[in-house]
Amino acid sequence: MRGAKSAKWVAGAIVVALAATACGGNGDDEGKSKGSGPAGYVSIDVGEPQKPLIPADTNESNGSYVIQSIFTQLLDFDSKGDIVYTNAESVTTDDSKTWTVKLKKGWKFHNGEEVTSKSYIDAWNWYANIKNNQQNSFWFQDIKGYDDVHPEKGDPKADTMSGLKAVDDHTFTIELKYTMPYFNYKLGYTTWAPLPKVFYDDPKAFGQKPVGNGPYKFEKWDHKKLIQVKAWDGYQGPNKAKNKGVQFKAYTTLEAAYKDVVSGNLDMIRQVGPTDLPKYKQDLGDGAIEQPYAAIQTLTPAFYSKTFKDIDPKVLQGLSMAIDRDTITKTVLNNTRTPAKGFTPPGVKGYQNLDTDVFTYNPAKAKQLIKEGGGVPGNKFTVQYNTDGGHKEWVTAVCESIRKATGVDCTGDPKPDFATDLEARDNDQVKGMYRGGWVADYPVNANFMKELYHTTAEANNGKFSNKEIDGLMNKADNAKSLDESVKAFQEVEKKLVEHMPAIPLWYYRINGGHGKNVDNVNVDFHGDLEVWAVTTK
Amino acid sequence: MGRYVARRLLQMIPVFIGSTLLIFCMMYALPGDPVRAMMGDQAYDPTVVASIKKELGLDQPLLQQYVNYMTGLLQGDFGTQIASQRPIADVIADAFPVTIRLTIFAFTFVTLVGIGLGVVAGLRPDTLRDRGLLTLTLVLVSMPSFVLGFLLQYLLAFKWAVTTPTVTDSTDFAQLALPATVLASLSLAYVARLTRTSIAENLRSDYMRTAVAKGLPRRRVIGVHLMRNSLIPVVTFLGIEVGNLMTGAIVTEGIFNVRGIGVEIYEALSRREGATVVGIASLMVVIYLVASLIVDLLYAVLDPRIRYA
Repeated sequence: MRGAKSAKWVAGAIVVALAATACGGNGDDEGKSKGSGPAGYVSIDVGEPQKPLIPADTNESNGSYVIQSIFTQLLDFDSKGDIVYTNAESVTTDDSKTWTVKLKKGWKFHNGEEVTSKSYIDAWNWYANIKNNQQNSFWFQDIKGYDDVHPEKGDPKADTMSGLKAVDDHTFTIELKYTMPYFNYKLGYTTWAPLPKVFYDDPKAFGQKPVGNGPYKFEKWDHKKLIQVKAWDGYQGPNKAKNKGVQFKAYTTLEAAYKDVVSGNLDMIRQVGPTDLPKYKQDLGDGAIEQPYAAIQTLTPAFYSKTFKDIDPKVLQGLSMAIDRDTITKTVLNNTRTPAKGFTPPGVKGYQNLDTDVFTYNPAKAKQLIKEGGGVPGNKFTVQYNTDGGHKEWVTAVCESIRKATGVDCTGDPKPDFATDLEARDNDQVKGMYRGGWVADYPVNANFMKELYHTTAEANNGKFSNKEIDGLMNKADNAKSLDESVKAFQEVEKKLVEHMPAIPLWYYRINGGHGKNVDNVNVDFHGDLEVWAVTTK
Repeated sequence: MGRYVARRLLQMIPVFIGSTLLIFCMMYALPGDPVRAMMGDQAYDPTVVASIKKELGLDQPLLQQYVNYMTGLLQGDFGTQIASQRPIADVIADAFPVTIRLTIFAFTFVTLVGIGLGVVAGLRPDTLRDRGLLTLTLVLVSMPSFVLGFLLQYLLAFKWAVTTPTVTDSTDFAQLALPATVLASLSLAYVARLTRTSIAENLRSDYMRTAVAKGLPRRRVIGVHLMRNSLIPVVTFLGIEVGNLMTGAIVTEGIFNVRGIGVEIYEALSRREGATVVGIASLMVVIYLVASLIVDLLYAVLDPRIRYA
């Protein structure tokens, strides 16, 4: 009898607990029909932007998603990486140095103000000014007069860049410090968006409640929960919203967001977490998205380190051939990456097939090359990575592959988080190699070489320096046309294989998905879902 | 009594200053620069980094920064977040109520169910239902909260679809039920075991025999004589548990997507937002201190022999 009584008690407790939770489930379902937002809105797991919503102050993906929906720059790119004009009628040049921008007429900001040459020029001058501490101010450094508004030390000498001149309300010219055949491609970055006059009254308040010229109008920002934007009727660009609005909802984990997509509380997820990857195609069916985009992962040697100082490139080529990219991307990385065949990912202008076997797994040749090059000093090296980003598994696998193929001892050098990892890179404290990653800012091959391996490049944390390659890149920048420049950079890429400033590992793939309530979910060249084109069912 | 409370309150001041300084030093000692980290691994401009640091006073020595921070705090200014440029007071005001709601829910659950189970088991020690409870609580104690969290989430939300997998609205008590249960499970097991042992022990004590011999009704014997004495260790535990529940919420909040201070402090920590971490942590310190004061005062209520000078 006593036993029966206690069992009743436990059963009772479970029933109470179930009833309490069941309430929550039912109550929630009744209030909402499909998805979670107002009718016709689509939702996506874009988290809290790090910073206020000012175009030149954001380069992380959460913020740029929202900014791209509210603001439109002069031009954009299609899935092949070709230019699509949005706010601009045309952007032309004769000498790659002075560029003429013609704006489309009749464009307005969400508050009714017309978008003119001044909207752009004033905004760019403000962004570039060192006083305003904009994170992306260096994007304007090619423009003549940048150093006056953004000196390395002290106060700016001028408020405006001399290279920007308005011809009339809808035409203006940009004069660069030097020739740059692909400058117009840079203009597609969110940083180049125009600003309405109301911005200058109170930039801080504007950052919380932006007024843009894009396909969506800002509605509300419920911090750490969601940002809501509404389709704007007055938009005239080619990327006019096909839904009624978007909810950018913050999730703490990829898993939580994924669960909500499966259960229909969320429409789209940008990335499926590792635990759900093996089954997401089954769960989502047609909604599963798997697509490569223009981003690359590399192992970058620190050329100032004891190990890789004056290293023979043959050794690096050997190490590259000791990595079994096919197996690692398939097993450890669950097919979320595509093995790299060069320094430039597909989807970028100038992507080419390098005629080389340096990126193919070949243990015998790897051993031989390392021997010919004099070996790795101490026969061991480390790979620095941050443990908060899910890199541990593949770093271990790559090291294992190298050890097995060549006998060179490779170990991970974990840093607790990204901040610590970056600090070590900035202060030249990387002991061997570090995990490098790069997402295209603009879809031209120069972006994957000039910004990473030129001696003076900011992101050249491995401190690779080669006069011949610098010269070739400078020459490619001086080319008369974009095509010539792209071709010249293709030659540079072929040269890079001989010098190995980094060991390319694989190109990124987006493994996202969407639920049954939405359709037409596409991916752009830097791996973002094209929210404006999404339709509701 | 009044003097005792006053003295305890005064003691809190050095504890508060000490703990904030400690946390401040720890944040300072961590590698990684918050302003630089904000720029990510793409290209950036060091001039901008230096300029932002100067504006925020991050280029000053540690002690100066601490003094600045405390002066601000005394004037009710928690500071500003580096990246989002939002006042930290706002951030805390957004997140704290959520966690408090979750904690109150969990705490009530722990108290009612935990003590209840403990009493039921303790009154009949070494019976089947007692052993059943001991086994059940052993399972709960040995199961990490994330395992239980994922398990319940899987069963209730996906298998049987009786609840939503994650909390979409943190103000909805019904949605908080599942995370609160998970959060409470560990303390619940402790409380139940503690109550059970304490009750089983006191059952055999002299005053119990006296009370029974006096012919008091059973309800009074258990409700007043037994419970009062037996609850002292439980109350001590529960007092400290308030703080533990709030910090323990970090994991549970993550699983169920509850936007409380757990998530907030984790994010701030990984971004090296020192001021945010110190702000939230100092509030936690205050909560711990107040909770332990209340516990000490409750002793006197439970056992009149305990007096405070």
